[in-house]
Amino acid sequence: MNRLKHLFETNNEPVLSIYYTAGYPQLDETLEIAEALEKAGIDFLEMGFPYSDPVADGPVIQNSSERALHNGMTLKLLFEQLKELRKRVSIPVLLMGYLNPMLQYGIENFCRDAAAVGVDGVIVPDLPIYEFEELYRGIFEKYGLSNIFLITPQTSEDRIRKIDNLTSGFIYMVSSASTTGKNLSLSDQTEAYFSRVKAMNLKQPLIIGFGISDKPSFQKAAKYARGAIVGSAFVKFLEEPNAKSRIDEFISRIK
Amino acid sequence: MSYHVNEKGYYGNFGGAYIPEMLYPNVEDLRIKYLEVIGDPVFQKEFQQLLKDYVGRPSPLFLAERLSEKYGTTIYLKREDLNHTGAHKINNTVGQILFAERLGKKRIIAETGAGQHGVATATVCALKGLECVIYMGEVDIKRQAPNVARMKMMGATVVPAMSGSKTLKDATNEAMRDWINNPVDTHYIIGSVVGPHPYPDMVARFQSVISEETRWQLKEKTGKESPDYVLACVGGGSNAAGMFYHFLDDVDTRLIAVEAAGKGVNSGESAATTVLGKEGVLHGSRSLVMQTEDGQVVEPYSISAGLDYPGIGPQHAFLHTEHRAEYVSATDDEAMQAGLLLARLEGIIPAIETAHAIAHLEKMVFNGDETVVICLSGRGDKDLENYMQYFDF
Repeated sequence: MNRLKHLFETNNEPVLSIYYTAGYPQLDETLEIAEALEKAGIDFLEMGFPYSDPVADGPVIQNSSERALHNGMTLKLLFEQLKELRKRVSIPVLLMGYLNPMLQYGIENFCRDAAAVGVDGVIVPDLPIYEFEELYRGIFEKYGLSNIFLITPQTSEDRIRKIDNLTSGFIYMVSSASTTGKNLSLSDQTEAYFSRVKAMNLKQPLIIGFGISDKPSFQKAAKYARGAIVGSAFVKFLEEPNAKSRIDEFISRIK
Repeated sequence: MSYHVNEKGYYGNFGGAYIPEMLYPNVEDLRIKYLEVIGDPVFQKEFQQLLKDYVGRPSPLFLAERLSEKYGTTIYLKREDLNHTGAHKINNTVGQILFAERLGKKRIIAETGAGQHGVATATVCALKGLECVIYMGEVDIKRQAPNVARMKMMGATVVPAMSGSKTLKDATNEAMRDWINNPVDTHYIIGSVVGPHPYPDMVARFQSVISEETRWQLKEKTGKESPDYVLACVGGGSNAAGMFYHFLDDVDTRLIAVEAAGKGVNSGESAATTVLGKEGVLHGSRSLVMQTEDGQVVEPYSISAGLDYPGIGPQHAFLHTEHRAEYVSATDDEAMQAGLLLARLEGIIPAIETAHAIAHLEKMVFNGDETVVICLSGRGDKDLENYMQYFDF
């Protein structure tokens, strides 16, 4: 069974996911960080594969992407590093990045290699729904990969329903109209949006991302969704001295 | 065959809308409304009036006699450099600002390379009293100082793009991020025929006035509407798209697009996308993109800030692969020499971007007396410092 599906079917607690950029701060610590995160008690993780022009990202992930590329990270190298993934990590793992590197690698090659190392799904913010439906859905299904779409406060109800039918695993609910790394301010508007989507009783679980950085924001998110994703705050934390040995400390500040 | 966008937003394989969900509602709103708005007689009346009274259209079609003599053929220059603000860019910003008003937007953002599109945007924002924020690469801010001053004088905020190569590509990224963060009150005026559908088609339509006028002007002067050759420089490709637009179906008119070869196409410092690029996705559309094997966009180079872009509009990618237009290139040196030549022969100092198109005349072989129209997309005032340094004036 798909590890993501299993997670949501067996776990009733709010789930926490962490994003980090593969190849940052060091090129070859991708699995080490994943292991430490699992040990610290997170429920699933998102590994970013870097892109030169990450338009949906704020300064923190722009910087980690640039540095990872500078360190020499490529998709080919990432799949090499992930060969040992399932010997060392058991929680669900998603790859997150932009479409162009995947296109150059080849969508089928990408899905085949991702499935082979034990990746469970993919999040690609600039992959259009129509292109996924027409060209890639079959490939993703063939390799048993979930494809996660995003929704925002501006996404119409019709479109949310459509995404609910197309996505598998969960729906990535972007907390506010913003690039990554802004703090979540739980305004009345944001709460109205969360409540409105929650009340739609969608088939897929909702996971809130963008702006989640600490216990209060995580708990707020958990009121409306199955859990939340922390990205920029963790990537920023990795800059701190001895960060790698204090990952459990970071996680304990959230969950 | 149609060379225009189909109802799915594609030119053959190229085009589409590859954008994060955060941008979807705004882009979708534009897609649904743009044809209706542009086709609306009230909109057209206002647009045409501004083009005439504010921009100063029609721009002249000038018979360049001494240039013609040098190359042994008949060369006309379509004088977009005489438009208000000094380039073709204002045709598009006038159209988009009227569109933005109809959408009820209060704040305008734009990216700019050479600064011409930034100036043209700041200009129409001043005209309409709308807030204006321009993203410009830090490197370009330095090499196009007069245009930065013009934007500021007209009340725009100029924000330096500090990421990547700090040029046009990065300014475009920053503008897209701004739009993600301000989805409700803001309209993004993209300056070239790039970006997600419907931008490439919308910008081409606003720029198509260039070829529309050229046809009747040429008929008045020569009795024929279509020339043998049409030339334009290409970065993202907006002046070329406008210059080609009404000639696309004239199979006897050869369309020539001149890219920036920088220090030479294979020098590693170039912006010749049709030679160096592969199919990929950049800034919301599928097109030809200069990139590594791993799909990372590479930093282009050209002496001209307006051509210093690692992609090309999707319609151009299509015209290139279908061989409807020929994509050639001119180096920095060739362009600078051509700029000097035009100044000496015709008393016109072109923008360095435009000089790339002029430079290609050297490589053409004319068959008796043929008619050539070159889009003189912009004037060279902004480039004087570059020219001075290069020629040691």
